Amino acid sequence: MQNAIDFMPFILTGALVTVQLALASVALAIVLGMLGATAKLSGSLALRSVAGVYTTVIRGIPDLVLMLLIFYGGQIAVNEIGHSLGLAYIEIDPFTAGTLTIGFIFGAYMTESFRGGILAVPRGEIEAGRAFGMSAVLVFRRITLPQMVRHALPSFGNNWLVLVKTTALVSVIGLQDMVFRAGQAGGSTRQPFTFYLVVALIYLLITAVSQVALSKAERRFNVGVRTE
Amino acid sequence: MDFTIILDNLPLYVQGLWITIQLVFLALCAGLVLAVPTALLLTSKNPLVWGLPYAYVYFFRGTPLLVQLFLIYHGMGQFETIRESFIWPIFREAYWCALIAFSLNTGAYTAEILRGAINQTPWGEIEAAKACGMRKVTRYRRIILPSAFRRALPAYGNEVIFMLHGSAVASIVTLVDILGAGRIVNARYFAPWEAYVTSGLFYLCLTFAIVYFFKLWERRWSAHLRTR
Repeated sequence: MQNAIDFMPFILTGALVTVQLALASVALAIVLGMLGATAKLSGSLALRSVAGVYTTVIRGIPDLVLMLLIFYGGQIAVNEIGHSLGLAYIEIDPFTAGTLTIGFIFGAYMTESFRGGILAVPRGEIEAGRAFGMSAVLVFRRITLPQMVRHALPSFGNNWLVLVKTTALVSVIGLQDMVFRAGQAGGSTRQPFTFYLVVALIYLLITAVSQVALSKAERRFNVGVRTE
Repeated sequence: MDFTIILDNLPLYVQGLWITIQLVFLALCAGLVLAVPTALLLTSKNPLVWGLPYAYVYFFRGTPLLVQLFLIYHGMGQFETIRESFIWPIFREAYWCALIAFSLNTGAYTAEILRGAINQTPWGEIEAAKACGMRKVTRYRRIILPSAFRRALPAYGNEVIFMLHGSAVASIVTLVDILGAGRIVNARYFAPWEAYVTSGLFYLCLTFAIVYFFKLWERRWSAHLRTR
């Protein structure tokens, strides 16, 4: 048991990597989700089809397949492009590959959440904003955005919780997150169960903290709504 | 893209497809058998009754499937009692470990879906059943469970797709499922695009098939609600 406690700082460093990866990925996913939702609701057929293919294909393929494809395939693609431009060999590190993959995957899920949120904003309010002479950007910032956050928050929260669990897969492409480190610690102490259990409990902790934060945010963004 | 690689290895992918279908189908069956009693216990008002199932559902929904699989596949060997008992041949096999992990995982998610559906049973239906003089068991068998299954069906369809996608982690513990086939092909030819895009297409087709199948099923179970 003493042995296991000695390894805790090692595991906690990995937990930090997991949290960083999750935050970086969710930032990318939010950007892609906003772009996707805008494309899906745009008047252009081309944009709508691209966004449609993006969300359908991503949601139809397991994240692990996409991760391996982007990590190994992306490496080759980047270097073929780099080579033709005369650049030196570029190596994608696992953190970048993990962030790109998870962000790319969850961008598709966020697209659906944000699209629903935007659609839930009453059309008349947007028209009223336009009638006041606000520019499209101003309408978005003052009217659409604050209200869509309220509607999109519950499904955004769900996506975030799933995303946190998905980060475990990056251990497969060699990123030293807490699952990877639990494997190493478990191997050298011959106590794999102990370490994987600790990691599972840390995941539960992250989820629990997120749920508290999300319900606080939901209350914050629903301040203007009357509930009977 | 080198299509000869894909065509030459198609039999390997088909074998992988068979393993994936086996694992997912068996896990879904076992998960469903586990989920119905768990969901019924969860709807109890007595903490002594719902406490344990709640902890089970909370743990398996809050931690990554990969960690659960590692806990069983790598973790069980830590305990000498298990290593020396008659069940060790089961925990030594990656196939059985994956099946156990997947069953417990989908069982937890399905139980939560069913719990929600049971809680939403309209009061009138239960009162009517009581007024007709049905016993509690009869009420559950004739009224509560059938209508809960119907309401749970769309969410369960999503869970089936998540299970299919989650099953890709089986390839990490040496099993040759669809992704396992892709990993072998990638290792042999170092052709990540060919290898993983093929795996991805197999999963995509399976996903579409499941979506289609559930649409038919929903139509059938909600036939009495449709306008004619």
